[in-house]
Amino acid sequence: MRSRTRENLAGWLFVAPVVVILGLFLLLPILMALWVSLTGWNGQGSPFRGGVPFVGGENYARLFTEDGLARENFMTSIRNNIYYVAAVVPLQTGLALFLALVVNKRRAFFRTAFYFPSVTSSVAISVVFLFIFANSGAVNQLLAFAGVDGPQWFSDARGVIHLLLGDPPAALTEHGLLGLTWWEWLAGPSVAMCAIIVLVVWTTSGTFMLMFLAALQNIPRTLDEAAMIDGATRSQRFWRVTLPLLKPTMFLVLTLGLIGTWQVFDQIYVMSQGDPAKTTLTPAFLSYRTAFRDFDYGAGTAISFVLFLIIVLLTLFQRWVMRERKP
Amino acid sequence: MRRVVLTVFSVIFIYPFVIQIANAFKTDPDSAANPLSPIPDPATLSAFERVFLGTDMPVWLANSLLVTVVVTLGRVLLDSMAGYALARLRFRGRRGLFVAVIAVMAVPGVVLFIPKFLVLNQLGMYDSYLALILPLIADATGVFVMKQFFESVPRSVEEAARIDGAGTFRVFWSVVLPMSRPALITLTILSFQGSWNEFPHTLVAVQDPALFTLPRGLADLVSGSLGGGTQFPLKLGAALLATIPVAIIFVVFQRYFVRDPNQGAEKG
Repeated sequence: MRSRTRENLAGWLFVAPVVVILGLFLLLPILMALWVSLTGWNGQGSPFRGGVPFVGGENYARLFTEDGLARENFMTSIRNNIYYVAAVVPLQTGLALFLALVVNKRRAFFRTAFYFPSVTSSVAISVVFLFIFANSGAVNQLLAFAGVDGPQWFSDARGVIHLLLGDPPAALTEHGLLGLTWWEWLAGPSVAMCAIIVLVVWTTSGTFMLMFLAALQNIPRTLDEAAMIDGATRSQRFWRVTLPLLKPTMFLVLTLGLIGTWQVFDQIYVMSQGDPAKTTLTPAFLSYRTAFRDFDYGAGTAISFVLFLIIVLLTLFQRWVMRERKP
Repeated sequence: MRRVVLTVFSVIFIYPFVIQIANAFKTDPDSAANPLSPIPDPATLSAFERVFLGTDMPVWLANSLLVTVVVTLGRVLLDSMAGYALARLRFRGRRGLFVAVIAVMAVPGVVLFIPKFLVLNQLGMYDSYLALILPLIADATGVFVMKQFFESVPRSVEEAARIDGAGTFRVFWSVVLPMSRPALITLTILSFQGSWNEFPHTLVAVQDPALFTLPRGLADLVSGSLGGGTQFPLKLGAALLATIPVAIIFVVFQRYFVRDPNQGAEKG
């Protein structure tokens, strides 16, 4: 009996520091923010004083139902992030799988080279890519060798789908949804956003390559050999043997990508600050900007919670499917 | 064919770093005219002189070092204590706590910017070293990694020490921790890399330039002059200083970055 009590005490003493830190800087902040998202607090004094106006669901309504700048900015950031996700997730997954397949069973040098960008400082790498994508920078010089006149990457707000489609049909510019016209929704990622997409795909592919590599190394060689004896060609072996066995990893990489791409912030902060013409604005950066630059903490926190909801739903979906797979 | 593909991709992945290093040693006109060239002509240290004399780089470096060392030590100690308790000690609420740790791991950092600012502000810690360090000093992922590791270690040694009358902390400190070197190294590296590179937390924790860490100072240096192609050697030099420590750790401890910490001590 006594030893039972002692073990209880020891256990709680061991976890106490972590519990206090995570409670104080993770759980409590979320609860406080939930309150702030229901107020019109402007950053002056404490948000828990009596004088702070309580506005209920107003901050959320401004994002979804009321016509105005808040909704326009928010919907623009959602649009930008959807195009960003749609570009980054397939590209990084494809590149990671491709790299894993060519690197498999090779010298560690290549693995190191492809993985290294993942561990470096996102801010430092963003600085390097600002230089590489500068108006007369490395990328535009390379394009010039090929006879292409490169764009001014970070001041080019034109969407790539707009560039492909040309002039807008009147039907699309006259009507819209949630404060943006259909034509604006269809813009595609802007040229500036494309530079950020290239950077992110380049930095994250290495991490996902390692996941594919680990999975590849767990595939028994005998399977491949058996298929070879049966006369399967190289591409048949890939599509019929290797790829089906990689399905769980593929799912993991795709969902981690989906969850991660909704959180892009550092690169936006360093490279574009949401410019040009709001085409690199993302919900994460918008929430920061709304709170700390416009001092509209209520709306900024409301954006955070909507983003939180998006990410939690994606995470729950991932965990639910992964659980199904386990025996 | 495979060789060609590997070579092309190696260039794509390595050349940006070559550009970064080369241009940090170029003059401004040279880097503007020949950004692709791997050879500075003429080579100069002027960018670094300007970084150290013209910016707060010494302050940023000192702050980054302090924050990284304290956070890393804190995480290694606190995460492994909590991981050990969750793996080995039978205390009431253990299962619920583990579920909470798993849930916390899923909370995305970007939605916590404003919430963390609110707490730091409310506690009167905003704009202090405490604000930079304390919220980062424990992390759920580290707890999870250590718990998984301790569960893979056989109990027999601990039990022998217990029979000899050693208390729980004593067993943990002088028996368990010394056996856990691989997992501790992994956790140290992850914490070092994470806290050295940490950027958004500094945005909501401090605003006094005397408290800026290197990523924050660097971001400030760059976003102040967006679009203008000015002084890139200086910015790249500063970025290089931010990259080097993690690069060294990466090269030295490469296998720990890649390895699964569950594998235990015998492999490697």
